[in-house]
Amino acid sequence: MNDMSPEKTEKSKLGKWSRRGFIGAGVLAGGGLLIGIGVRPGNPISSLAPKVAGGAGEQLVNSWVKIDTNNIITAIVPHCEMGQGAHSVLGQMLADELDADWANVRVMQAPADGSYVVTDTARMFLAPFTLNAADWIEPTWNGLFTQMARMADAMITGGSSSIRTTGQFSMRVAGASARKMLIGAAAESWGVPADEIVTRDSMMSHEASGNSAPYSEFATAAAEQPMDQTPTLKTRDQYRLMGRSKARTDIPAKINGTAEFGIDAAPEGLDLSYAAVVRPPVPGTEAISMDASRAQGMSGVLQILNMGNFVAVVADSYWQAQQAVNTIAIEWSQSESPVKTMDDQFAVFAAALDEAGETGGSEVAARGDAQSAFGEAARTISAEYHAPYLAHAPMEPLNCTAHVADGKCDIWTSTQVPLMARSEVASTIGLSTDDVVIHHPYLGGAFGRRLGAEYVAMAARVAQTTGYPVKLIWSREEDTQKALYRCADMSRLRAGLDESGALIAYDSVFTQRHDPAEASVPAMYDIANTSVRAAEAELHLPFQAWRSVDHSQQGFFVESFIDEAAHAADQDPLDYRLAMLTNAPRHKAVLEKVAEISSWREPAADGRAKGVAIVESFGTIVAEVIEVDMSSGKPVMTDIWAVCDAGYVMNPDGFRNQIEGGIVFGLTAAMYGELELKDGAIVQSNFHDYQMLRINEVPNIEVALINSGDVPIGGAGEPGLPPAAPALANAIFAATGTRVRELPIAKQFV
Amino acid sequence: MANFILNGESITVDADPAMPILWVVREKLGLSGTKFGCGIAQCGACTVHLDGQPVRSCSTAVSQAEGREVTTIEGIAGPEGELTKVQQAWVSEQVPQCGYCQSGQIMSATALLRDNPSPSDADIDAAMSGNICRCGTYTRIRRAIKVASGQVEPRSEDLGEEA
Repeated sequence: MNDMSPEKTEKSKLGKWSRRGFIGAGVLAGGGLLIGIGVRPGNPISSLAPKVAGGAGEQLVNSWVKIDTNNIITAIVPHCEMGQGAHSVLGQMLADELDADWANVRVMQAPADGSYVVTDTARMFLAPFTLNAADWIEPTWNGLFTQMARMADAMITGGSSSIRTTGQFSMRVAGASARKMLIGAAAESWGVPADEIVTRDSMMSHEASGNSAPYSEFATAAAEQPMDQTPTLKTRDQYRLMGRSKARTDIPAKINGTAEFGIDAAPEGLDLSYAAVVRPPVPGTEAISMDASRAQGMSGVLQILNMGNFVAVVADSYWQAQQAVNTIAIEWSQSESPVKTMDDQFAVFAAALDEAGETGGSEVAARGDAQSAFGEAARTISAEYHAPYLAHAPMEPLNCTAHVADGKCDIWTSTQVPLMARSEVASTIGLSTDDVVIHHPYLGGAFGRRLGAEYVAMAARVAQTTGYPVKLIWSREEDTQKALYRCADMSRLRAGLDESGALIAYDSVFTQRHDPAEASVPAMYDIANTSVRAAEAELHLPFQAWRSVDHSQQGFFVESFIDEAAHAADQDPLDYRLAMLTNAPRHKAVLEKVAEISSWREPAADGRAKGVAIVESFGTIVAEVIEVDMSSGKPVMTDIWAVCDAGYVMNPDGFRNQIEGGIVFGLTAAMYGELELKDGAIVQSNFHDYQMLRINEVPNIEVALINSGDVPIGGAGEPGLPPAAPALANAIFAATGTRVRELPIAKQFV
Repeated sequence: MANFILNGESITVDADPAMPILWVVREKLGLSGTKFGCGIAQCGACTVHLDGQPVRSCSTAVSQAEGREVTTIEGIAGPEGELTKVQQAWVSEQVPQCGYCQSGQIMSATALLRDNPSPSDADIDAAMSGNICRCGTYTRIRRAIKVASGQVEPRSEDLGEEA
C-alpha cells in the first residue's frame, strides 16, 4: 500500500515524530474544561512508539490509535481489563468516532508508561459532577476531589470511571481527531476539499473525483497532519457503535483457556521458581523467629526466607513451596491493637458514636435544622446498624512474578495500578522507576483489592534475594486472612416523622468515611432537615476500597432505615420513597419503572414478599426489587429486578452484565459475608467458611435501562451493588416483620 | 514418573505422585487454562475431566490419573479449534466477565451436557453449584447451558441498540 512497506515506515516514522514533537499536541483544551487525551506535553513519541507499535508496518496515529498496513485499527487502552468490559467499550467509543470497521478493530492494553496516566481525565471527572451537586452537599464534593487527586499521575482502573472519563474525554477525542487527520492527508493527496470526503468502515471516499482508499493508505501521512485539539464529536443520532451491544473482544480468549492472567505468566527464556508465603496473622506484627527444620528437607525446596513481615519458601513448584511453608513454626511479635474480637471492634465504634452523641462528630452534610426539627416531630424512630469486615476474594489469588537482574526488574502481575506498583517496587528494592518494567495482563477479578500492590513488592523482594526469577502466589487462606479489607462500620440513625408520617428530620452518624464522600447522604429525598455526621474510629484491619466502597455499607444503612420510616408511617415503602422524590425526576422515573417491571403492586404468593431500595452511586441511579420466599424460615430469593439510569449506556449488554454481577456481589456479602476475629486474627480462611453465593441461590435477574439523556454518563461496575443488601433486608421485613440491622443475613435465619 | 493421556496425547512427566494434577498441567506441562482458586476443591476453577468425569484438579493427585485420560479446557475444541456448543453458547450469551473461573465452569457444563442433553434448572443447579463465579455471571451461565442444549435460542451476534 503506497509507501508503507514495513522497512521504510519503521525507520521514517520515528524520525518524523521525534522531530515534530507530534505527541506534544496531546493535551487538548476546550469549552473551559481541560480535556486531555492522557499524554504529557512534550512527551516524545519516539520513546512511546516502540512500546505499542512494535509490529512491522504499524503506524501510531496518536497515542491511542495505531493502524497497520492491513487496515487493522488498534485502540490502545490505558485501563486494565478485570472483567468490567472496559477494553471492549473503550475500543467501541474510539472506533465509532473514527468511523472504523468494528470487525477489524483490536484492543490493546497500554503499557505501564507515564505517557498513559489518566491525570487529565481524573481532573476533569470533577467538573460535571460539581455542576450536578445539590448546594447543600457541596462540601462533600471535596472528598470526591481528594479521590480524584489520588488518581493523578497514576494509571488506575477503579471508581466505575473508565467509560465516563477516559472513554468520553480521551478515546472519543482521539478517534475523532485521528479521523480528521486521515481526512486531511487524503484531501491533500487527492486535491479535494476535506469536507467532501466521506468516512465509513475504515475507508475514505470522495464521490466527485472517484477516489477511495483504506485508512491504512494515509496512516503515515496522517501523522504529519495538525492535530485538532477540539474535534467535533458525534451526536447520539450519529452513533454507529456507541449505544450498541457489541460482543466483547476479550471473550473468545476466555472460553478456550488462552486468556493470560497475571498468574499465568511464563516469560520466555526464564526458568521460574515458585514462592509461597506466610504473613502475620495479626496486622502490624512481624516474624521474630521461626523453626523451618521440617521445611528444609522437603522435596523441591530451594530457599527459606524470613523477610520480617512475611516468611517465604521458594521451591521448584508452587505446590511444594506451599506444603513446605505450612510446616514452618513462626513466632510473631505482639500486636498493640486493643481489638481481639469483633465485639471489641464494635465497642471501639460504639465509643466513638457515644462521644459524638446526637450533634457531635464532623459534619458530612447538613440541610435545614435537623435538631430543631426533631423537637417538632410527632414521633421519632432510631436504629443502630452494623456492617462486618469483608475480603475482596477475587478468583485469581494474589500473585506476582518478578525477575531482578543487572540492576533491572521485570514484573508480571494482575494490578489495577501498574504505575503505583512500579513505584512501590522501585522504592522497595532500591531501583529507579525507569529500571522497573511492569507487564500486566488480564486480572482474574479485583474489586478494589488490586489497588493495593504489597504483593508485588513482596515478589520483588524475594526475587532480589534469590537472584533468579520467582512466581510468588498467595494461598487462598493468605488472601482471606492477611490482606486488605472492606471496613466494618456502625451507624446510628434517627428519623423524625410528622403527623402524616412524612420525614421532617433525619440524622445519621457513623464511624467510617472513605470514598465517595457523598455515599452517606440521602440527597435525593426531600427531607427538609438533614444532618449527616462522621465520628471516626480506628480500624483493626487495614482498609482497602471494596466494590462501591462506602456505598457498600451506607446503601444498607440508609435504605434499610428509610424503609423503617415507611413502615413506621404505615405506608408502602415504594410509595413513601416516591413521595420524597419530587425534586429528583430521574430517581422517581427509575423507581416507577422498577415498580412496573416487578409488579410491585400485585400481591405476592404466600410466604413471599418484595423489598425495594434505590441508591445513586458513581453517577448511576439504580433501584432494585428483590422477592424473597421465607416459607422455609430461611430467605430464598425468587426474583430480582433492577432499573438503572446512567444517562446513556454505551454498551447495553455489557452494562447489564455489570449490574447483574454487582447485584450478586452485593447479595453474597448480604447473605454470607463476614470476617470474625479471634485473638486479633481473622477466623475465616477459604470458601468453605467465607462463603460465596452459588448458582443455585441466584434467581433470574431482570435489568432494565433508562437513557435519560443530557447528563454526564454514569458508571457500571459498582452501582448495581449498593441497593442489593437493603432490598433483600427490606423484603425479609415485609415477609416476616423481622428487621435486619446487621449483616450477614443467612446466619440470622437458621 | 507419571504417565497419563492429556488431551488425547500420551504424557510422561517427572512429578511427585502426590502433586495435584492442577500444578502438573500448569507448571510442568505449560497448560495454564486450568486455574488455581482455592486449593481445597471449594471453587471449581480447576475443574478438568478425568476419564470424562469432572474432578477438582487442585485436590486430585497426579497418581490418580495414572494411565487415564485427563482433559483440560485446552482439549475440548475440535482439531482446528472449532468451538464446542458449550463454548459457542458462552460467546453468544456473553457470559464471562473477568473470565478466571470460566474454564472450570465450561468443563463442568460440558460434563453435564454429555450426560444430560436437556438439563432442567435443578439439574443445572446440581451440576454447577461447585463452581464459584465471583463476578456473578450465574444467570448467564444458566442461559448458556440452555442455549447449548437447544432449549433456548442463542442471541444474535450483534445485540443491536437498546434502551
